[in-house]
Amino acid sequence: MRRFASLFTHPAARWVLLALALGFPFVASSEYQVYVMATAFIWAIAVYGLNIITGYCGQLNLAHGGFFAVGAYALAILTSDHGWNFWPAFLAAGLVSAALGAAVGVVSLRLKEHYFAIFTLCVGFIIYLLIDKWEALTHGAIGIRGIAAPDGFGLVDFSQTRPFYYLALGFLVLAIWFAGRLASSLLGRTFMAIRNGDALAQSLGIDLMRNKVLAFVLSTTYAGVAGALYASMIRFIGPEEANPNHTFDMITYLLIGGFGTLFGPLAGTVGVVWITQSLQFLEDYRMVIFGPLIVVLVIFMPRGVVGTFLGWKLRKDAEAARADARPGVDGMSGTEVKPHA
Amino acid sequence: MLKVEKLTKMFGGLAAVHDVSVEFEARKINAIIGPNGAGKSTFFNLISGLRKPTSGRILIDGHDVSRLRCDRVARLGVGRTFQTTHLFEQATVLDNLIVGHRLRTRSGLWDVLINSSRLQREERECREKAREALDFVGLAHLENRVVLDISQEERKRVAFALALATEPKLVLLDEPAAGVNPEETEGLARLIRKMAEHGLTVCLIEHKMDMIMGLADKIMVLNYGEKIAEGTPAEIKANPAVIEAYLGSDHDAAA
Amino acid sequence: MNLLFQQVLNGLTLGSIYGLVALGLTLVYGILHIPNFAHGALYMVGAFASYFFMTDLGLHYWIAMLLSGGVVAVLAMLCERLVFHPLRNAPPIHDKIAAIGILLFLEAVVQMFWGSDFRRMASPFGGILRFDGLIIPEQRLLIIVGAFTLMLALHLFLRKTMLGSTIIAMAQSREGAFLVGIDANRVAMLTFAISGMLAAFAATLYAPINLVYPAMGHLVIMKAFVIIVLGGMGSIPGAIVGAMILGFAESFGGFYLSSDYKDIIAFSLLVVILSFRPTGLFAKGAH
Repeated sequence: MRRFASLFTHPAARWVLLALALGFPFVASSEYQVYVMATAFIWAIAVYGLNIITGYCGQLNLAHGGFFAVGAYALAILTSDHGWNFWPAFLAAGLVSAALGAAVGVVSLRLKEHYFAIFTLCVGFIIYLLIDKWEALTHGAIGIRGIAAPDGFGLVDFSQTRPFYYLALGFLVLAIWFAGRLASSLLGRTFMAIRNGDALAQSLGIDLMRNKVLAFVLSTTYAGVAGALYASMIRFIGPEEANPNHTFDMITYLLIGGFGTLFGPLAGTVGVVWITQSLQFLEDYRMVIFGPLIVVLVIFMPRGVVGTFLGWKLRKDAEAARADARPGVDGMSGTEVKPHA
Repeated sequence: MLKVEKLTKMFGGLAAVHDVSVEFEARKINAIIGPNGAGKSTFFNLISGLRKPTSGRILIDGHDVSRLRCDRVARLGVGRTFQTTHLFEQATVLDNLIVGHRLRTRSGLWDVLINSSRLQREERECREKAREALDFVGLAHLENRVVLDISQEERKRVAFALALATEPKLVLLDEPAAGVNPEETEGLARLIRKMAEHGLTVCLIEHKMDMIMGLADKIMVLNYGEKIAEGTPAEIKANPAVIEAYLGSDHDAAA
Repeated sequence: MNLLFQQVLNGLTLGSIYGLVALGLTLVYGILHIPNFAHGALYMVGAFASYFFMTDLGLHYWIAMLLSGGVVAVLAMLCERLVFHPLRNAPPIHDKIAAIGILLFLEAVVQMFWGSDFRRMASPFGGILRFDGLIIPEQRLLIIVGAFTLMLALHLFLRKTMLGSTIIAMAQSREGAFLVGIDANRVAMLTFAISGMLAAFAATLYAPINLVYPAMGHLVIMKAFVIIVLGGMGSIPGAIVGAMILGFAESFGGFYLSSDYKDIIAFSLLVVILSFRPTGLFAKGAH
């Protein structure tokens, strides 16, 4: 059993995963499936962002869908209304989300737990209301048409589903790569120390504000980039993109996959998107099932699928290691003493 | 080493700590005792910068730290433990400790992006420091164990190690021996003594009187936020004000 | 004069409804330290329950309101028992996510039965009173009178009855309450029941001059959060004062500034307050 489980954590597993993703369009039964997968990838990128602030850093951000919409609208407005080229507009969309994230973060991250969640819930709603009402900028309820597809410089046509799929996959790989590097770095450990408690983190000399704002800006940048990709894929967006329900969807994906794990966001997002797709009748009422599922998971399996699996494996490995070699060290004495400080 | 001058902290209209002045010498073990609600934890929070004093000064090696943020104070060399230290249960002991040395490193987002040599070097340093601290508290063999699997007393030691990894000059230990058995308490006392022998100034809050009396070089007694006595264990034992405070209260420290 | 009076009336109406919702929210927060994101969904279920009792079963408005209060009270108690109670020792992020789960579930269920259309709820108080040129719609008067009656009743219950005083005691100190032998579980359930009932009453009072639809709780709950942050989380008088401030701000802001952006007023207020006072406007300095 442990052997079998090791297959998933083997370094080669991620290359297998990548190969599967690369091959998917060739085995997919229809273009629609490829399209759905590309959508799942884009949402997964956003969920990776949510994982940074909520999973690693422990701050429940309820405005994440709002920042996704900000990225989408930034790209839409720049390319459709102002005739920008895709790539500069894409970059700008990322920067706008980052800048807005910094502004919101500086104010909101001084707040403790509940206040931060409430505050961001309201921020998400303000974004929604503004997009809905600020017609001069966002065209209100009419939405924005004619959003540019990613520019392939005449080499590839990203308005086609398959090329776009690979583009989305590319960004997803980049997102996971950076998330992985972050999580194993000192910076990621710093975020996780904050999750374990503000007071403890501070007493370890960690500058709370600085690190929280950084985590938040990273997360909103992810959201903005994902939103921009989303807009360029569907080419038409409306205020519903900012509906706070998207935030709740992303929390569901992350919870099911596993907070604070590297592959949780991917597993959760792709898994849930496909389950809802294959159960078409669920589309509108999926929350009848996912709502209670969230509650049950939070109570019985708060670390999600990936987190639970990793926790289980970690302990099995530890047990096995102990069985293999009983350490002959006397635990209490600590005889080798190195001078301190 | 640590000098506190007329320290006061008000919560609403109540003084949690009132006009406390005290001086703790370097490389000594100093204990703070007092009945529940005497302001001991608040005193620690003030020294470590978690709370700002209403008035008064805190000097560490002559530097006034009373207005500094907690993380700054930690960088100046004040490490601390809490009554309950939340560790990451699903990670190994060593993984939990690596972040302890973070404050002595400077890698930021950019270093992560390019995987700079500075980041790699600093990560190595943090790992070494974590091992060193773990070794110091006598748990080197637990390095790869998951926190979930280790005992209460071992957790206490891991919490010590976490504080030690910050390279402190002064360590504040908040009830280090709460919830461990007498034999283990003895072991922790030895560890605390070892800290002092290695040049650390130790300051602890503890209810276990036997431990304190055998361990401390100096004891300060707080009652209702005020210092009612200070001195050697022998002096404290004979001090009528202390006896009064303890008999008058719920006896929680009479053990 | 009349215009001004209308705004005052409008402010009072809004403030009354917000107050009832915020009271429930602040009570639960005071006792259990849970920001119950599902509270808006309870409010919405309250409106639909009344709607169902009136249109499908043909019951009278008052009866429907009482029944709806009962239904939502039971629902709220179930939430406490099945969800929040098992999570009482979990990390603080968990109960918030669970609350979101409840919210999503309730909305989906209501949508499944009634669809997402907007519905109108009839009320026997559709008339308009006139006093010396001042126009007062009956329902608005009912809301104001009803809300103040409920608030007074709640006040009397909390201050004058044994059961009520246990809630106050527990809000002040959980451990203290435990020491004097208060059954914390019972108090928690009672608190949830009251909060659910208030939400259902508020929804039934407000629905006839508004609309009934599954997403109707969103704005209300967020405003209730703004209010209890404004008034100090867990504070009962704070919730009422905060509700009135917000009700008037919206009423006058919507009239004199822009009705499109009146909903943003509440949130802007929150942003401004929390920017300067990270623990709310009237929060005590402690801890």
